[in-house]
Amino acid sequence: MLKKIEAIIREDKLNDVKDALNEIGIRGMNVCEIRGQGRQGGITLAGRSGTYQVDMLTKMQMNIILSEDNVDETIEAILRGGHTGAAGDGLIFVYPVDEAVRIRTGERGHEAVMYPGDIDEKKGRGSAKAS
Amino acid sequence: MANLNTGDTAWLLVCCSLVLLMTPGLAFFYGGMVRRKNILSTLTLSYVFMALIGVQWLLFGYSLSFGKDIGGIIGGLNYLGFMNVGAAPNPEYSSSIPHQLFATYQMMFAVITPALITGAFVERIRFKSFLLFGIIWATLVYDPLCHWVWGAGGWLREMGVLDFAGGTVVHVAAGCSALAFAMVIGPRKGFGHMPLEPHSIPYTVLGAGLLWVGWFGFNGGSALAANGVAVNALLATNTSGAAAGLVWMLLSWLDGRPSTLGLVTGMVVGLAAVTPASGFVSPMAALVIGAVAAPISYYTIRFREQRGLDESLDVFACHGMASTWGMIATGLFATTAVNPGGANGLFHGNPSQLGVQILATVVTMVFSFGVTYVVAKALDMSIGLKVGLHEEEVGLDISGHGERAYS
Repeated sequence: MLKKIEAIIREDKLNDVKDALNEIGIRGMNVCEIRGQGRQGGITLAGRSGTYQVDMLTKMQMNIILSEDNVDETIEAILRGGHTGAAGDGLIFVYPVDEAVRIRTGERGHEAVMYPGDIDEKKGRGSAKAS
Repeated sequence: MANLNTGDTAWLLVCCSLVLLMTPGLAFFYGGMVRRKNILSTLTLSYVFMALIGVQWLLFGYSLSFGKDIGGIIGGLNYLGFMNVGAAPNPEYSSSIPHQLFATYQMMFAVITPALITGAFVERIRFKSFLLFGIIWATLVYDPLCHWVWGAGGWLREMGVLDFAGGTVVHVAAGCSALAFAMVIGPRKGFGHMPLEPHSIPYTVLGAGLLWVGWFGFNGGSALAANGVAVNALLATNTSGAAAGLVWMLLSWLDGRPSTLGLVTGMVVGLAAVTPASGFVSPMAALVIGAVAAPISYYTIRFREQRGLDESLDVFACHGMASTWGMIATGLFATTAVNPGGANGLFHGNPSQLGVQILATVVTMVFSFGVTYVVAKALDMSIGLKVGLHEEEVGLDISGHGERAYS
């Protein structure tokens, strides 16, 4: 079965997280810039005269689709790359994916989101075939 | 024509261009500080005066300001449509450059002054009301004031007021009008509850740079000649901008970080402060003027914020208060050693000059604030000053102009 991992991470940790994911063989991903608020609260910015508080902070949202067998290893990689220990490190969500289709080839399911030599291909996709 | 000096004429032609460039500079200075949905609107508020006053000044603005004096109050109609304003010098203002050049140079001041006020009401002004306000303000506030202070026979000029390049006429008038307008139009939605963040500080930084360069023409050109007074004015201008920029940076550092926005704001404040003084005081006096102007404007912004007034881009603090100080400082530091055509101030043995400076400044404050308040109130009660709430939320670029800046 396919899963979607949605990780909200620090803007400045994007490269570290990406490197950690590449190391375990994850090739396909996309990211977008988002803004939000959470336990980190706001930050103080310098204005014209003194400072002001901003409570919506820029974060990166990273989306990865892969086999459920490799979800745990992926989460560990994100933790390795994105952890600082301070409030604001972010959150990881995992969702089930009903279907995936590659527009160029028409491939469906796992075939659509696999890359040569990536983690799903190397480590198998166990239950994937059943889905 | 015999006295026409080609050096003076060439310098003033350059200064015309430099002062014109200040209005685009101001547009971007302001534009960077608004949210991205209002950038085109904010640019337009400044740019439109290049068109509006470019016509008004030619048709009647110049005549009301510099025409034949009527009772010290207003100029006559003898220069309507630049009639009789030609290549021959007008010795009442300058005997070495063409009269038409003087009139055109003055046009650039008339263009930027109302543009300064727009910082008070960005992000919520109804465009139609704004255009009406602009033409009324130029005619009822700027033109008379210009006549009082600079026009031959103007009553403040006759009293001997020193305003080299527009401390009262431009900056105090614009600042106090901005204050009055902000009080009438009221705050933007969300003001005081959430930060209304600048969307492009780089625009503001670029705008401030253009303003500084343009200011050399603004103050340096006000000597109306390529001479020692012009050089002194240029150096005094540079010095005050530099000193105020440094002090402002330190103030903002003490309050947190040395902010970029703070540095460039301080620079503009120093330039505004020295405007009335630049051709009458020494560069060392300009250093003091700039250094003192920074905390005055800095803490005026704080005070304004504490009072909960949405004078959005602090025109009153940065121009009104800075140049009020500059007018007073002119009465302190002015010396005929710098400009034999000027006067001595308090520190050079002439305390009465300080009195005249204060009088002219107070008169300007009361007059510009009063007329603006009444005009703004009348427009508010008739066609309305502010856009509807939904239009404000969508942003004036889309709701007012049907355009978006960044697609």
